[in-house]
Amino acid sequence: MEFRNPQESLEQFRQRLTVAGGIVLVAFAVLLARFVWLQIVQYDYFTTRAEENRITLVPVTPNRGLIVDRNGKVLARNYAGFTLEITPSRVPNLELTIDELAEVLEIQPKDRKRFKKLREENKNFESIPIRTRLSDEEVARFIARRYRFPGVEVKARLFRQYPEGEFASHLLGYIGRLSERDEVKVEEAGFTANYRGTEHFGKAGLEQRYEFELHGTSGFEQVEVNAGGHAVRTLASTAPTPGNNLTLTVDAELQKIAEQAFGARRGALVAIDPSTGGILALVSMPTYDPNLFVDGIDTQSWMDLNESDQKPMINRALNSANPPGSTFKPFMALAALTYGKRTPNQAIADGGGFNFGGHFFRDDKKGGHGSVDMYKSIVVSCNTYYYTLANDMGIDNISRFMGDIGLGKRTGVDIDGESEGVLPSQEWKKKRFKRPEQQKWYAGETISIGIGQGYNAYTPIQLALATATLANNGVMFKPHLVNYITDARSGERKMIEPQPIKAISWKQEHVDVIKNAMVGVIKEGTGARAFAGATYSAGGKTGTAQVFSLKGADVKTAHLDEKFRDHALFIAFAPAEKPKIALAVLVENAGFGAQSAAPIARQVIDYHLLGKRPNAPAPTDEEAEDSLP
Amino acid sequence: MIRQLWARFIDPIDASLMTITGLLALLALGMMASASPERMNTQLLNISVALAAMWVLANIPPQRLMQLALPIYLLGVFLLIATALFGDIAKGARRWLDLGFIRVQPSELLKLGMPMLLAWYFDKRETLLRPVDWFLAVILLVVPVGLIMRQPDLGTSLLVLSSGCYVIFFAGLPWKVIFGLLAASIAALPLAWGLLHDYQRDRVLTMLDPEKDPLGKGFHIIQSTIAIGSGGLFGKGWGNGTQTQLDFLPERHTDFIFAVFGEEFGLFGNIVLLVLYTMLIARGLMIAANGATVFARLLAGAITLIFFTYAFVNMGMVSGILPVVGVPLPLVSYGGTALVTLFCAIGMLMSIQNNRLLVQK
Repeated sequence: MEFRNPQESLEQFRQRLTVAGGIVLVAFAVLLARFVWLQIVQYDYFTTRAEENRITLVPVTPNRGLIVDRNGKVLARNYAGFTLEITPSRVPNLELTIDELAEVLEIQPKDRKRFKKLREENKNFESIPIRTRLSDEEVARFIARRYRFPGVEVKARLFRQYPEGEFASHLLGYIGRLSERDEVKVEEAGFTANYRGTEHFGKAGLEQRYEFELHGTSGFEQVEVNAGGHAVRTLASTAPTPGNNLTLTVDAELQKIAEQAFGARRGALVAIDPSTGGILALVSMPTYDPNLFVDGIDTQSWMDLNESDQKPMINRALNSANPPGSTFKPFMALAALTYGKRTPNQAIADGGGFNFGGHFFRDDKKGGHGSVDMYKSIVVSCNTYYYTLANDMGIDNISRFMGDIGLGKRTGVDIDGESEGVLPSQEWKKKRFKRPEQQKWYAGETISIGIGQGYNAYTPIQLALATATLANNGVMFKPHLVNYITDARSGERKMIEPQPIKAISWKQEHVDVIKNAMVGVIKEGTGARAFAGATYSAGGKTGTAQVFSLKGADVKTAHLDEKFRDHALFIAFAPAEKPKIALAVLVENAGFGAQSAAPIARQVIDYHLLGKRPNAPAPTDEEAEDSLP
Repeated sequence: MIRQLWARFIDPIDASLMTITGLLALLALGMMASASPERMNTQLLNISVALAAMWVLANIPPQRLMQLALPIYLLGVFLLIATALFGDIAKGARRWLDLGFIRVQPSELLKLGMPMLLAWYFDKRETLLRPVDWFLAVILLVVPVGLIMRQPDLGTSLLVLSSGCYVIFFAGLPWKVIFGLLAASIAALPLAWGLLHDYQRDRVLTMLDPEKDPLGKGFHIIQSTIAIGSGGLFGKGWGNGTQTQLDFLPERHTDFIFAVFGEEFGLFGNIVLLVLYTMLIARGLMIAANGATVFARLLAGAITLIFFTYAFVNMGMVSGILPVVGVPLPLVSYGGTALVTLFCAIGMLMSIQNNRLLVQK
């Protein structure tokens, strides 16, 4: 064993350090040589390439997918148009240039405003539109004077267009210019590269929900550019793949008939095919024109839409939660049968109301309806029957049953932003209120829940889903608007299969009792006038949602100031034997359900079953009588 | 009183190392402000944590570091084995280990753990080194490197391998063996080629001819060489690099930040950067030369060359003369883990300098 000499090994170590230092210097010299080669010798070449870079790798935005209705009618499409665009970094005096451009073609103050706004949102070297939708003549005029405007170009672009204008806007939604918040969504979805050239993004409705289906895959073009900045030829290109097309379950004609049936009234209608959950029509009135949003809406139109007391931007079908009024009664009756609280023949004596804890809950008919069994309670919409029933059932049973048929829950329809509504229950009250005395559920509160008033608040789509589930004997399908998605490349269809959410175990005989009573409503009850002469059998129920409480006052709501008038409601399914359509209608501030909502449902069902077209908006039946809760 | 405390506080800090490191960190912040301003705050936080780690290590004497060498190494290897068995898969590689409360990348531990262990190993060998001693050292080196390579993480495994090789080199591996090994590895290149993953082969091929796939695999390297080349002598100016600002440069705040530097500050800026790294390495080698023990000397030498490896490989790959492997620009690239590791290394150098040979032999 020989020990090392420390002195010797230190010497050797220092030698090695010197060698290492030498290697480092040589390696860095190699790097330096590389830098000199890139940055001095090849400088011109790389400068050109960097310069070209801005122009040469042009992403080609794919055509957005189309949206068509179940019969192939186009509801959202694209068309080619020209825009006039400015690249601010290439223009020395922006204001002057725009002034000079205004001499060549029309530039309105709102164009300037929009340009200014877009400039703030974009970088200087990006091309920003100053005018959109140029006419052929305008293009020709500009091209002839192009030499005067370096940095200004005419570009061919595809525009989104909703050919039907103010039609079905709440279900279609719209696209608008891609915002920073949208970019975050794109990044989260991992599509940043694919959106490099994309300027628009779905903001509402189906356009929003199916954005990534509709968008398609971007292509790229390598373009050779001459000294003047104009494209000379394309060197290489990868073609974009257009977005996938959506085919809806919606029948555009039915949708149109439903919208027209509303006339000038506000409200919503949702019609569902009970056996699939496919939505046949989804109406929210009034509508708006989605075309306004495509190029960035101008401030004035935006204010008009938002500040209108008609509130056209609200999708009432999904977001207007109201007490269901008497449309609640068939479901209450079914709950009573299911939980064994009533038999169909068991009758009560209605003497004009129900006394509970010193408070008298009135019936709408003075003196009452006399002897009332389950059938009659639905047909004449007897409140007293349901006051006592609610009291016997208790809030826990009611909320369990109603929760089961989807009331007070998001239905999961394929549009974002659906409201939940309110399914009253003890837990709900505990969560909703802060003070202990308010958190407690009082038995008296259950009484008005029984006739669909009180805390109850459901959206039209929830009522439609509940009606469809009843029509379908307890089998609930997820409501959806898209029937299938067609792959743009392969033409393959991706079907949105009807998804049964659940099958509620009701006794068929119980369901039949309720359906039969609802058919009675149409034949001889509160819906009879609206459906007079119908050649099919339908089931329905009218309802009135209290907007404003009239304590003790005995007034006909029709004479009240309009905004205090009750909302009219109607639910229906037809044909009664094998329902092909189930729907819910809401007409705001229209008084009785029978007056206003039922005639709209009649027109919709007439068209769906018989192909019969109405020649005017649905009439208001001023004579109609209905249960005032 | 406060002055005394301050004096105690800065006592373990080596002024020249601190100055060079500080300048690099400032450059890094400047670059970050241009390439990715939204990450400024995080980077500042990273630097603060890293500085604290550096200070702590500067206060640990080399003898104590030596005691830690074996435990750190064993822990590292243990965690690597655990990662291979239970690690999370991200981007097709099994590199992360979830310990329940924290996710760790064990290979990071070995970047400094490896040279520490080998320096300890050679410090313990007081006799003349026999072939079997060298062979054992190689085994100690190859085990973790193999594990990291299998993850697969070619970049880190090469870094760990090189740090170990530096120790062996400084420990005095005979020249004829070194040249023999070099010749053998050149001969074995075709064999190594067969062992590489497809994506690793792609990277090498891409380096040789990036234009073959300009929009795909070649995109990174084409865009970064364009960025550097178009920077010219003095660059386009801070915040004005079109490649950077127009999003042509991928990963411009991490591995490719050097391209931002080259584009905005030009050849002049690159030379400043090279000079800073040269000064850092020169200072490190000086510290190594005056190390008090075999352990201190070998560790300081190897650590110093780690900085060289990072800088050379990163600048080489970004400027297109080396294949793309995930190696950051030392002390400049964004990313907390690498920054902390490198500042720890600086701290170790300071500690060795504080315990240097006082009498020149």
